[in-house]
This record gives sequence, C-alpha cells and structure tokens, in this order.
Amino acid sequence: MGKHFFFDKNDPIDRVDGRAKVTGTATYSAEYKAQNMAYGFLVGSTIAKGRIKSMETKTAERAPGVLAVITHLNAPKLPGYQTGKDPSKPPAAGQPLRIFYDNEIFYYDQPIALVIADTFERAVYAAKLVKAQYEKAEHQTELKTNLARKKTPTGPRFEDYKRGEADAYKNAPVKIEEEYYHPIEVHNPMELGSIIARWEEKDKVTVFTKTQGVEATQRSIAGAFKLPLENITVNAEHIGGAFGMGLRTWPYEIAGVMGAQKVGRPLKLVLHREQMFTNVGHRPETIQKIGLGATPDGKLVGLTHEAIADTSSYEEFTEATVNISRFLYACPNVTTRYRLVPLNICTPIWMRGPGEATGAFALESAMDELAFALNLDPLEFRLRNHADTDPERNLPWSSKHVKECYEMGAEKIGWEERKAQPGAVKDGEWLIGYGMGTGSFGAFRGAATVKIKLEPDGKLLLQCSVNDMGPGTATMMTSVASNELGIPVNNIKVEMGSTNLPPGPTQGGSTVTSTVGAAVQETCVALKEKIAELAGKEGLAFHKANVQTVKAEDLRFSASGISLKKDDTLTIAYSDLFSQNGLTTLELTRESRGKQQPFSMYSFSVHFVKLRVHPPTGRIKIDHVVACADAGAIVSPKTAASQMIGGVVGGIGMALMEDMVIDHRFGRPVNNNLADYHVPVNADIPNVDVLFVNKKDPHTNPMGSKGLGEIALVGVAPAVANAVFNATGKRIRSLPITPDKLID
Amino acid sequence: MATKGSYHDQSDDKAANEGRRKFLKQSSLLTALAVAPTHLVKAAESEIDEKAAAYFEQVPLSIEVNGAHHKLSVEPRVTLLDLLREQLALSGTKKGCDHGQCGACTVHVNGKRVLSCMSLAVMQEGKKVTTIEGLADGDRLHPMQEAFIKHDGFQCGYCTPGQIMSGIACIREGHANSEDEIREYMSGNICRCGAYPNIVKAIADVKKGGQQL
Repeated sequence: MGKHFFFDKNDPIDRVDGRAKVTGTATYSAEYKAQNMAYGFLVGSTIAKGRIKSMETKTAERAPGVLAVITHLNAPKLPGYQTGKDPSKPPAAGQPLRIFYDNEIFYYDQPIALVIADTFERAVYAAKLVKAQYEKAEHQTELKTNLARKKTPTGPRFEDYKRGEADAYKNAPVKIEEEYYHPIEVHNPMELGSIIARWEEKDKVTVFTKTQGVEATQRSIAGAFKLPLENITVNAEHIGGAFGMGLRTWPYEIAGVMGAQKVGRPLKLVLHREQMFTNVGHRPETIQKIGLGATPDGKLVGLTHEAIADTSSYEEFTEATVNISRFLYACPNVTTRYRLVPLNICTPIWMRGPGEATGAFALESAMDELAFALNLDPLEFRLRNHADTDPERNLPWSSKHVKECYEMGAEKIGWEERKAQPGAVKDGEWLIGYGMGTGSFGAFRGAATVKIKLEPDGKLLLQCSVNDMGPGTATMMTSVASNELGIPVNNIKVEMGSTNLPPGPTQGGSTVTSTVGAAVQETCVALKEKIAELAGKEGLAFHKANVQTVKAEDLRFSASGISLKKDDTLTIAYSDLFSQNGLTTLELTRESRGKQQPFSMYSFSVHFVKLRVHPPTGRIKIDHVVACADAGAIVSPKTAASQMIGGVVGGIGMALMEDMVIDHRFGRPVNNNLADYHVPVNADIPNVDVLFVNKKDPHTNPMGSKGLGEIALVGVAPAVANAVFNATGKRIRSLPITPDKLID
Repeated sequence: MATKGSYHDQSDDKAANEGRRKFLKQSSLLTALAVAPTHLVKAAESEIDEKAAAYFEQVPLSIEVNGAHHKLSVEPRVTLLDLLREQLALSGTKKGCDHGQCGACTVHVNGKRVLSCMSLAVMQEGKKVTTIEGLADGDRLHPMQEAFIKHDGFQCGYCTPGQIMSGIACIREGHANSEDEIREYMSGNICRCGAYPNIVKAIADVKKGGQQL
C-alpha cells in the first residue's frame, strides 16, 4: 500500500508531473495548438523617454504574410484604458502602462508596435521594418544620481517605523554604520513570456499565458476589455519558472489579446529574451544604510535600516525591504525608512524572497560586521539577540525553531573549523571562509476552494485553479490527500491552472502549501465524514455487523474501500458503498481560509556557506552550502528539498553574478541576454545539503506547515558575503561580489 | 548627451530592404529563374510586391525526426527549433533564449547534442534528429528520464528536455567520469530553478548504471 507519511524521508513521493516533464508532454503557454495560428512580435522603443513623432509601418504591412501592424495610431481603443481603469494593476499607486495607448515613451524597449504575420519568421522579419521617429526627452535611469528625487511611498505600510528611540545605535558603545548596494536583478525564468489568445466569440476570449495566478489575469483582461469575468478563460497549467515575474498581467499580454481580436485568428505572442530584461519587471536596484549598535557584551541597543529603491516613472512599486529589521532580533530601538526613486525603467516586480532578500543582505552583513567588531562568533552574537517573541507586534510566534537551525547547520558545515580571524584557513593558494545568514518570511494562509471527486474504483480527482511554476503544487496536493485518505498516490489525479476550476490563490509569497494544502486536507476530511455517513446507513455491511454508528475516525481508508479500524475483516468496497447509496461518484467542494490569530507567523531559514577565494585572480569557488529551514511540517519532502536548493542557487546568483547594467547615456541595458547577464550554471553550484527542522506549527494550518519558497533564498547572499570576509578580510558591500572586487 | 530635441533612429531599414531585393534578384537569376513564373520575378524587381517573395522562399527538406521521415518545404531562415515546435508539433524542445545561450533547445542530430535554435532546419538535410519525445520506448522511459524523476532533477520542467538530451550526450562523449566533470560539461544548460545538484546526481547515477545510451 502506498500510504505516504509527511515525515517519511525514506519513501518521499516523486513529483507527480515528473513523467510529463521528462517526456516533453507537459504543455507550457506557447505550446497549445490552434488552427490557423497567427504569430506576433513586439517592436520596442529605442529611446528611454520622449514621444513618438511618427511611425513608418507600410513596409512592414507589405512584407510577406503580414496580417496587421498595431501601433498607438491604429490600436483598438480598449474601454478599460479610456476610463483610466487599470488593466493590469499591481497593488501599487500610479497608472499602469497602457500599451499602444498614446505616443508617450516611459522606458527603453517599451512596446511601440505589434507585428502579426502568418508565421513566426515573417513576424520577426517584418518587425524589423517598423520604424519610428522620436522627440527625445532627457531620461533618468541611474539611481545614485537621482537620490534627491526620492519620495516616501503612498500608504501606511511604508511610513517610517520607530520602536523606542530613533537612531539609538549612534549612542551605543560599539557600533557600525555602513552602506550596502544591490543592483538590478532580473527574474529570467527559462520560459519566455508568452501568451496564446483566441477569441471564441465577439466577447469571449480564451488565453494560455505565463501567469502565477489565472484568476488575477482573468480580472486584468476583463478590466481592460470591460467584459464579464466569465467571458475570459485563463489557462496556465505549467509555467516554465517565473520567480515573481508572473505576479501581474503585463502589457504584452494585453497586446496579445488585442492582436488576436484585430486579426480574428488565434495569436501566439512570445517575448524575445532581450524583452525579458526590459518589459517584465526586475528586482529593484537598492541602496541601503544600516546603523547597528550593541553593548560590549553583544546585546543590540539600536538598529536603523534605510533603503532607497528604484520604481518606474508611472507606478510605485513597493516591497518589504526594511521590514525584516523590525522583527528578526530582539532590539529595543529600531528605526526603518523606505524611499523610492522614479526612473525611466519598467516597473519592478517582486522577485523570489522579495524585499526581505535585499534587506537581509544588508542586515545580515551588518550583523556579521558588528560581531567581528565585538570579537564574538556570529552565531553567538545572534543567539544573544534571539527574539523570543515578535518584538514588532508584541505577539508570541506561532512557532520558531531558528536556534535548532543554527545548531544543525553549524554542525553540518563544520563551523568549528572556522577561525574568527579572516584569512586564517588556507588550502594552498586558496583562502577558505565560512559564513552564515538568517532569513525569514511571513507564513501566510489565504483562501482556496478544492473540489474532490472519488470514483467507485478508488480513483480520486482533486481540482483547484492554482497553478505550478515549479515548486510542486500538484505533488503537495497529492501528498496531503494520500496522507489523509490512505489512497495511493498513483490513484490520485490533480487538475489545476485554469479559471474553469474552483478558485485558488495566486502562486506567490510562499502561501500555496498552507492555503491549498489546507483546503485539500479539509475537503478530504469532509469526504471521510460523508463516507462514514453513507457507510453507517441501515442495511449496509457495517450496520448488519452490529456497528450502529460509523464515525470517520473509526474508519480505515485504503485503495479499494473502507474498513473498521477495530475490525478490519469487514471491508466495504467504494463501488459497493456507492451502488448501495445510489451514487455513481462522490463529489465534494469546500472553501477553506486562514483566520486571524493572536500569533506572529513566520518561516525562518539559516544558510551556511563554505567557500574558497583565490586572491591572485579573485575567483570564488563555493565548496558547500547547508540550508536549514524552520518551515513547520514538511508536506512533500522531495520537492521541498529541491525548492530549498533552488533558493540557494538563486541566492548565489544574487551574491556573485547577477547585475543588469544600464548604459545611462542611452538608458538601455547592455547585458540583456543570458551570455552577458550571468546566472549560476552547473559548475558554479556545489552540493547543497538541506536540513528541515520539520516540526509542526500548531497554528498555521491543519498540516502545521509554513512557507518555503522565499526563505530558501533570503539570507543566502549575506552568508556568501560573510564567508568572503572570513576568507579574505575584504568586506564587500556592493553586490555582486565579482573577482575584480577581491583583487588587491 | 540626452538633451531635448529631435531624434532620428539610425535606420538600416533601406539597406536591409535593398539587400533583400538584391538577393532575391540574384537568386532568381541563378536558381529560381527556371521555375519561377516570369511575372513574379518582374514583380519583385519592380519592388511592388513583397508578398510574391514568399513563393521563392521555400526549400525542400528531407529529415528524420524520432524515426519518422518528413518531406517538407521550409523557408531557409527557419531554425530547427522552430521547425520542431511550430511545424512538427514537437514542443518538448524548448525555446529559452533563441541565442544559443541557455541550452533549453538541445536535441541530438545524428547522435550528437546540438542547439536547435542555432541550426537552420535546411542544414539538417538527410540527418536524423532525436528530441525528448523520441527517447522513451513506448511506456518505458529512457534511463536518463527515470533518473531525473528519481533524483528530482527539475522543478518547473522547462529546461528539462534540454538537460536530459545534454545529459545523455555528456555520458556518450565520455564526460561524466566525476561529478566535477559532469558539472563542467553540463554548464551549457541553464536551470533557473536551480536543480543543478540533482541533475548531477541523475547523470552520475545513469553513468554508474552503465547502460548503453
């Protein structure tokens, strides 16, 4: 029997969509088939600010196979645009970019035309024939030269925060005050931004698109085209990674729907890799200042954390960059300030571990610096400032096992080999360093509805509109259902990623396991109760055997049917149970949502890094990473471990290589491709050990899990930077830590 | 720099168009003249009808993909990747960059790994192409596919077909003798989800299994 237990590491279930993914049958958004498909290609602006004076599209229109060229001059007037209503609103202030709305240019490579042809090659060729003349205006793309234009974001969430005395670190006996820099990072999932749009009727459209939330995209398209929600069907079963890039509906998606309407054919629009750098958001460039002060025996007395980040010139994008400093350590006096600088660049979007990852780089680097100044082991320094309750909200934690993370991670990486004095551990020409960093992210739970269907042969179907960009949502759902019902994994099927299914959450913010897992669990419990009710009916086997009342908890569920726990000689097959009750299948739908509770709910991670630096060349080679997570009970061990490893890899990219460079003379990126924008490749990544505390959180949800996706990355970059300091004595406060920064 | 004023795009539009027409004329004269209707050549020469150009631009192609023979007619500029994805309905081969920088489009041509986005379809005349769809033997998965599932060598699955095709080639090439060697010879295949350690384990496992790949 394939009953799977959450904690059974010896037999964790394989990814349930693994077979589809290794055989090439998993279908991504650009891969759905349609008769008479047309192909679109976007033309981008060559200036970063100004106005389009004129456009020449006739040559493109005459090119072979071209069906239409859409520009601001001939674009259909979207009703949602006319009223200023947002077609693709993130929770940000401002006016989202309305594609092909007028002649104004806000950033380099902003789409100015959509060329549609009968083949991909013809669309790409004709796109090159579209020409524009501009009235150029002075653009601003550089953060550091525009700091004077900084502003406090709108809304109470981003007001300055003060606990105790403002800037109290200044009067501490031991203190540091440093600036930390994070460049623009780009999500760059391997799958390109892509959409297929097909109008079924004059006012009904079906799309297949790269989104992390089919319902959010449905609302956006409905808003732009002013159509009822039910007229818009959005599908996104498999997404080829996104890391936050799919958390809003981008202008290109609206263009795809618009283009399909214009030519009256299904339209496939796939971004080019260069457009992935310019048109679908980024992790903002950020300048942070940390002031940190402690008593000589290492008790924090003051922490001030300031951040200034970029946003676009038309929207206010915000994230929780400084918030981690408010609760990670017990410190009586904390001040945080957060500002934005509008630049001529596409609006940023949350990237894995959003804000927290950027903030943790500054905070956890500063903690390492102050530990060194105090002559304390960085772990010991953290233990002395461990927050036993949430100091920001004055609430108990729902659970917190960060001390166990420190302990088991230190043991696994060999922390006792670490020397406090930088450069003290050598291996030939190489200097060896150890570093660690702490991460945290809110353990949120939202609302989801799950429909469950049990067939007489014991096959179970789970349905929810949630989708999967990689962490293994379907595997998690299968694991929860199998664990609850005792039905083997192979008998469970999951349908997901469509607005035709019961409503689920957007995949983001480390919430899906908590939200959808809980919904699966609760629906399964309801199913068990229903079955108990059916099984207890007069005239049925249990009743005949003098079992008068059947309760769910008295039953054992298996592949084929149910039996009594106290007497398993008597089994009722599902098929018999159904036929005796006049049923062909058993279906149940339940909505489930988290409740407000008097606890502070967070996941925590601690990352340990051992690396080596080659001083003559500045080369860094990471030898070993240990990633420890306090993420409650681990529901799907195999996919959870992969998720942690993935976060580590992302964090190594952030620490050592990722940096979108803009040539500010022209306001355009110079490394907008995967050869020049470096991301980690296989040779950059060592073995990564993943350790889970794996203790149930009593309050988050029925499974006792907490989120994992973000904490996998938060804290990795400072662990690397701290290890570089331990190896070399060089404190690199400007990411990425490239070899040139380490050569004397 | 960056002052207000009129800006004219440095256009190579005209040159490109002239080049195209010149090429068309030359190719008309050299090769297509015998088969092309005269009025079409005239139309192209008089620069009236770009649409007519389409008729010249198909080239015959005979290619074997996953054991199936195809006799096709393709434009010379169609890449092997786009041929597979858009014309042969084999979307298992992925487009990640279209620049030869990410490895997602890796296929085997005559048994060797090739970036299909950097290869024109017409260059594959008479060759045997194997894609991810051609690896399994009916329901029986290829050992590398099995190993990727066992070691969870993927998350989103988008780079996976390329990783698997490269992984098989890596062993065939004799470049899977240590974990470090696998890492080096698999570094042309980017995995943004970061499944690298598990990919290495999968390939090492298949190598250890010693099957003929």
